[in-house]
Amino acid sequence: MKELIQSLDVREVSAQEIVQHHLEEIAQHDPGIHAFITVDQEGALRQADDADRRRAQGQALSPFDGIPIAVKDNISTKGLRTTCGSRMLEDYVPLFDATVISRLRRAGLVLVGKTNLDEFAMGSSTEYSAFGVTHNPHDHSRVPGGSSGGSAAAVAAGEVPWSLGTDTGGSIRQPASFCGVVGLKPTYGWVSRYGVVALAPSLDQVGPMAKRVEDAAALFALIAGNDPRDATSAKAPSFQVPAWDPEVLRDLRVGVPEEFFSAGLDSQVEHAVRGCLRQLEDQGAVLQPLSLATNAYAIDTYLTLVTAEASSCLARYDGVRYGKRVEAEDSNTMFAKSRSAGFGSEVKRRIMLGTYVLSANHYEAYYEQAQKVRTLIKEDVLDALSQVDVIITPTTPTAAFQIGAKRDPLEMYLSDLFTAMANLSGIPALSVPCGLNSHGLPMGIQIMGGNFSEALLFQVGYMIEQGVEGSARHGQL
Amino acid sequence: MSKVSKGVLGMANYDTVIGLEIHVALLTDSKFLCSCSTAFGAPPNSQCCPVCLGLPGSLPTINEKAVECATKAGLALNCQINLFSKFDRKNYFYPDLPKAYQITQDAYPLCSRGFLDYYVDDQLVRTEITRIHMEEEAGKLIHSGSSIVSSDYSLVDYNRAGIALIEIVTAPDIHHPGQARLFVEQLRLLLSYIGVSDTKMEEGSLRVDANISLKPKDSDLLGTKVEIKNLNSFRALEKALEYEVSRQGEILDQGGTIRQESRTWDDRAGRTMSMRSKGDAPDYRLFPEPDLPPLCLEPAWVESIRASIPELPLERLGRLEEQFGLSRYEATFFVHYPDFCQIFFDLAEYDLSPKAIVNFLMGDYARLARERGHLDARRIAGLLTIVKEGLIGANQEGVVLDALFSSEKSAREIVKEQGLEALRDSTELQGVVDGVLTANPDLVARFRSGESKLLGYFVGQVMRATRGKADPEVVNKLLEEALS
Ligand SMILES: [Zn+2]
Repeated sequence: MKELIQSLDVREVSAQEIVQHHLEEIAQHDPGIHAFITVDQEGALRQADDADRRRAQGQALSPFDGIPIAVKDNISTKGLRTTCGSRMLEDYVPLFDATVISRLRRAGLVLVGKTNLDEFAMGSSTEYSAFGVTHNPHDHSRVPGGSSGGSAAAVAAGEVPWSLGTDTGGSIRQPASFCGVVGLKPTYGWVSRYGVVALAPSLDQVGPMAKRVEDAAALFALIAGNDPRDATSAKAPSFQVPAWDPEVLRDLRVGVPEEFFSAGLDSQVEHAVRGCLRQLEDQGAVLQPLSLATNAYAIDTYLTLVTAEASSCLARYDGVRYGKRVEAEDSNTMFAKSRSAGFGSEVKRRIMLGTYVLSANHYEAYYEQAQKVRTLIKEDVLDALSQVDVIITPTTPTAAFQIGAKRDPLEMYLSDLFTAMANLSGIPALSVPCGLNSHGLPMGIQIMGGNFSEALLFQVGYMIEQGVEGSARHGQL
Repeated sequence: MSKVSKGVLGMANYDTVIGLEIHVALLTDSKFLCSCSTAFGAPPNSQCCPVCLGLPGSLPTINEKAVECATKAGLALNCQINLFSKFDRKNYFYPDLPKAYQITQDAYPLCSRGFLDYYVDDQLVRTEITRIHMEEEAGKLIHSGSSIVSSDYSLVDYNRAGIALIEIVTAPDIHHPGQARLFVEQLRLLLSYIGVSDTKMEEGSLRVDANISLKPKDSDLLGTKVEIKNLNSFRALEKALEYEVSRQGEILDQGGTIRQESRTWDDRAGRTMSMRSKGDAPDYRLFPEPDLPPLCLEPAWVESIRASIPELPLERLGRLEEQFGLSRYEATFFVHYPDFCQIFFDLAEYDLSPKAIVNFLMGDYARLARERGHLDARRIAGLLTIVKEGLIGANQEGVVLDALFSSEKSAREIVKEQGLEALRDSTELQGVVDGVLTANPDLVARFRSGESKLLGYFVGQVMRATRGKADPEVVNKLLEEALS
């Protein structure tokens, strides 16, 4: 990225050329990967042209004016269809930009297209998209992770330098880990959710994905900040990209929760993560074993809350105002037929689960109970973070699995085992590549910290990145 | 004011128990959760945005003005204002509900435990307010047929969707349909006093749902309650409740049981009709609204709202009666017409008797003012002062009043220009009296022989000769002297 910006600055290349190059990369790789649902070739070139004109007049909007980006297709883009990976919204063209999109446009970024995802971000493999499966660039027979699989794969394949994803229980970090890229789930509230199609509003966050930690941090700086249109937006200042100083590791207290290194963890993943931890220790960090016992309840709690909120958030797709409509004799039948035709099976499953946990007879046993456990989890995490500066774990128990390998929804839900905790407690979590396994598949390491500690997470992530050998960093692509 | 009907159909064996839920649209320029206009009567779907249309990704933000209005209503209704309240989602599918859920307050409402005092047949009664919570309005369905089921198609206007509402819930301590009406009348008046709603029932800005049950007298057990939905006039409210009292009474008399259900009022047929039974009631799956943080208010802010509450109807009634000596009837008139009341208060600043002011304002002036708008209190005071001083006779008041409405002149100027000063100089009037009597010798003779009612005729003749300016008292005296 640095090189790209420099060459733009000295007018060695034009934004047109950069965008054209990436469009060619997409044309070459995407038939095999299918990271994109929509590529806006015409729009991208027009935006690039605008950027070149601004740069020629010395009026660049930011250092990134003219740099291309791809965005997950559940983030509203004015005039460019936003499908959420669903037949329901196949032809839905938003009338407004999400706040994060406005921020990108204000910096002059060129939106080249919308990336594939599990329908309405419900999934961990991007297999549940109505527009087809996305393939892992490192091994086309494997999933890229999900639900931000398209955004991760597009970056990994070099189709775009960076992208935006959304993370509700691990949907940025898990695909980042599977595809060998960097991905951040920010502190809840630091990035506006306005215009981001909701899965579970109390957990959803938009975050950056990039090949390098520095780039992810730069992109995060563009999107973070208070937004009056999002009532849950934090009154936090903007984010400043930190200095990349190894001193940060001196006496850094690194919590290592034993529960994340127990049965079920792939030995190669464990080996890679422990290797990184040793390296941090060598550089001055202090490893501190600790317990996050409540993580045992994270998945159940997460599923209860996500399905509950999703069942309500997705109720608006009734065929009345926009989206798919199947005509019927009366309105109730129209609702039912439109929803039956518009939603895929995983979405239906979660809507039914969510409707059940919110129903009068089961509310107390499920939803209310889950809220209580969520509070316990939050307390557990904050308690741990009062003793250490960061907590480091594997991002996922395994590397990318085969397409079609997880037929059992419950098994799929376990993909979020190490990531859901950050969403439930609101804290930021960064996934950074930490090496390749024997199949040449990337593995990821997760760094969690207190609320608004993103600068520290990036700094630690940067040091880990420096320690991982170049070829093992992102894989051989 | 309505007449109170009690024990409508002689249901002497039962006590009626009524509780009300009143939805009130708040008078805010913009909607509850977005910045769209709330103006009534705009072309369909012209006052909508991504938020109130529930477009994917849109998010609600709370309109502070709505919170202010709701707080004001709570304070005026003697409620406790909860410094911590929360929003919830009430989920159900209906074409007029853009998000398929309504943002409302369930477990933690903004206001709780208040009351409203009002008069029922000269008796001051109190109805408890259980709670007041905030919520958003739905859109409006326009059916091609008579209902959503029987229509070929229905159109939806989302202009109304997202307007801020408060729902005021009373305890079940209203005892007859007439009382329910009086309660709502008083509530409506109070809300208009504090300016939080235009309370136009015909435009739907105030709607009532009523819960009603009958219980045997001397029994502590409440009967099965029936909910009557969407009563949007005082008449509908009273009639529907009266109908239910007799319907339920007849069923109970015959040993039947009341079904717990929701009913609607058919105004044309004059009866309530079953809508759905309890078993069919939807499960709204209420849960905390994740898009909105809890509403936390500062005590100082609440106090500043409290300080902005004007004199309320009941206080005003008391003041008019006690301070100014008005009758209940007169005081009630002024309480119901705050514009007249303001003029009353302005006039009371002058050296005029409250009685004279009241008689004037409730007389011809009321009719003229309704047609042509109010006069300046200063100009009215001018008129009442010259009447009091006797500058003009009472019978000239109307002439001057008409002139006040049609010109900018003061009462004194009008009297002077038109030469309306009262004639009360005995010497001057003596000549007129003598003239009238001289011209009617026959009648004078008849009067003297006992036809005393002819006095009125002579007075009339004198008034006519003086173009109404003669002081009737002086004229009477002079005539009596001359004829004796
Ligand atoms: Zn709106």
